[in-house]
Amino acid sequence: MKKENGEIYPKLKEIIVNYLPEDVSVTNIQLDSNFTQELNINSANLVDIVLDVEDAFDIMLENEDMDGMQTVQDAMAIVERKIKEKEA
Amino acid sequence: MTKEQIVLQLPYTQPFLFVDKLEEITDDGVVGKYTFRSTSEFYQGHFKAFPVTPGVLLTECCAQIGLVCLGIYLMKETTLANPTIALTSTEMEFLQAVYPEETVTVISRKIYFRFQKLKCAVRMMNSKDELVCKGRISGMLKAS
Repeated sequence: MKKENGEIYPKLKEIIVNYLPEDVSVTNIQLDSNFTQELNINSANLVDIVLDVEDAFDIMLENEDMDGMQTVQDAMAIVERKIKEKEA
Repeated sequence: MTKEQIVLQLPYTQPFLFVDKLEEITDDGVVGKYTFRSTSEFYQGHFKAFPVTPGVLLTECCAQIGLVCLGIYLMKETTLANPTIALTSTEMEFLQAVYPEETVTVISRKIYFRFQKLKCAVRMMNSKDELVCKGRISGMLKAS
């Protein structure tokens, strides 16, 4: 089953919301939002987001993927690529 | 790396070292002991005329044995030198008081160690083998 962008984003957003600091509003989550600088998510919570993403999409991320995951858009691209790799 | 070497590598010293010795350590977890000395200064104030070990120090003892010792061990496995470990979260429950001169055993099990984050499930037992506290402690490990 192929997951389109439209399916990835809501799922991803749902995960991010769980780790959003109290003073950051859900409406701040945009495609170009930077996890640490704009959404104020610390590196420890970013690891938990990645682990939840792995479970939600049944994929596995590597250290390089984590390094390249600066924004919500980056995360979407990584998830998309991993799903493609899995299905290939 | 021996258990003794790990204790020597800890970045703590008196009066803030809460590890006496490690009994076993593997990739999956660690068991260690500490005796709370009655001469420790905090007993003079916690509480007035009624010395009880503060919960934050029980947490600290769990973190030093369960997270930091295990972290040093795991970092050595991944060949990163001189690790630094920053505590990032604790969630603890306390069930028994610990009085001066009690020897406690901390048992820690690795939940995961990924992307430099180590998360452990910890338990502290007293000398009667009763559960003192339990919880989850996480930290970020970095090579300095």
